[in-house]
Amino acid sequence: MKTDLFAHLKEWEEGNWTPDQGQAEASSLGPREEKEIKEPKKKIIRSLEKKELHISAVQYRVISVIVCLILSLVLIGTVNFLPGFADEDTPTTNEVYEHYIEEGRDQTGAVNTVAGMILDYRAFDTLGESFVLFTATVAVLLLLEYKKEGKKKREDGLDYRLDPIVYALAKFLIPIILVVGIYILFNGHLSPGGGFSGGAVLGGGFILYAMVFGEEKAVRVLSEKTVKIVSIASLSFYCLAKSYSFFTGNEFNGVHSVIGPGNPGDLLSGGLILPLNLAVGFVVCCTMYSFYMLFKRGRLD
Amino acid sequence: MEQFIAVVRILLLLSLIICAVATALSKRVMQALIIFTCYSLIMSVLWLLLRSPDLAITEAAVGAGVDGVLFFLTLRKLHLIDKDEEEAIPEEEEGVKDEN
Repeated sequence: MKTDLFAHLKEWEEGNWTPDQGQAEASSLGPREEKEIKEPKKKIIRSLEKKELHISAVQYRVISVIVCLILSLVLIGTVNFLPGFADEDTPTTNEVYEHYIEEGRDQTGAVNTVAGMILDYRAFDTLGESFVLFTATVAVLLLLEYKKEGKKKREDGLDYRLDPIVYALAKFLIPIILVVGIYILFNGHLSPGGGFSGGAVLGGGFILYAMVFGEEKAVRVLSEKTVKIVSIASLSFYCLAKSYSFFTGNEFNGVHSVIGPGNPGDLLSGGLILPLNLAVGFVVCCTMYSFYMLFKRGRLD
Repeated sequence: MEQFIAVVRILLLLSLIICAVATALSKRVMQALIIFTCYSLIMSVLWLLLRSPDLAITEAAVGAGVDGVLFFLTLRKLHLIDKDEEEAIPEEEEGVKDEN
């Protein structure tokens, strides 16, 4: 058997023999007989295919479980090697961290050290993040916007105005959500939160408004033009403000910036942190809102 | 008080794991979506216990609010939720329509 196989393989390689030789010529039967034979054959083939499918499905499941187990084991193993929570011997506990904690308040004027870090020491990271969001909006706009010609109303049977619970709750909650969002935005340098959180809360409030009171009403508050102008203006302002402080430097580089850190704890303090927080917040809010509108209607207006 | 917080933390972590597993295992898409929202909500409370309230605010707004709405809209567009209902009506008869 083995030698036979090897001989065949050699012949196959040379081109003198093919695996289906001797089988292809076996169908020299009459048309009627062929039919009679073919149909049960087909059934057998089908059942075989089903069996194979079943086997491959089982294999797929088994392999997926094994892969998941290996992946989770690797991840859990990695977590074991991480330093403990709030451990003092971690590599991140160095002079940079000490500098942020000790000097951050005096240098940036922000009581909330996190805001001082992300919007003063590392403001360029945040600029990149804002641009990621803007790029996401543009991508969704390109993918999901459909032309105005198909202006048929999409009746999806969802009208929350008819639902007394949702309507009453939304009427009560929307102003509170918006006010909380604005508070988080304006107090980003004083209390936890800041641009991203406040913007997300604001965007959530607008989405709730659009959901409950209808998109037509929401468009009157935040139209396409407003969304575009606000997000582009915020991003340009961020760029300009940060390049300004990049060129003029700041106190710890020896050159005094025009906008000082102010009196830490005041609302109007922290130099550029408050306006930058507002810019980031507006970008995030517009992104969230336009995501909703594009997913729901396919257009912003 | 510290003991109470420790107990609450353990309960939250347990329910976090339960929610994560239930999201993956639930057959109906709408169920999975609601459980996923619960997961985000629990996570936001956990962020608060880990002393990062800014992350808690973001998680509550994005994870529990905006994410859920976007998922809901996408699933509606793909008619996955409507199908769910049609299949579920003969089983449960009542109280299904309240979901949406």
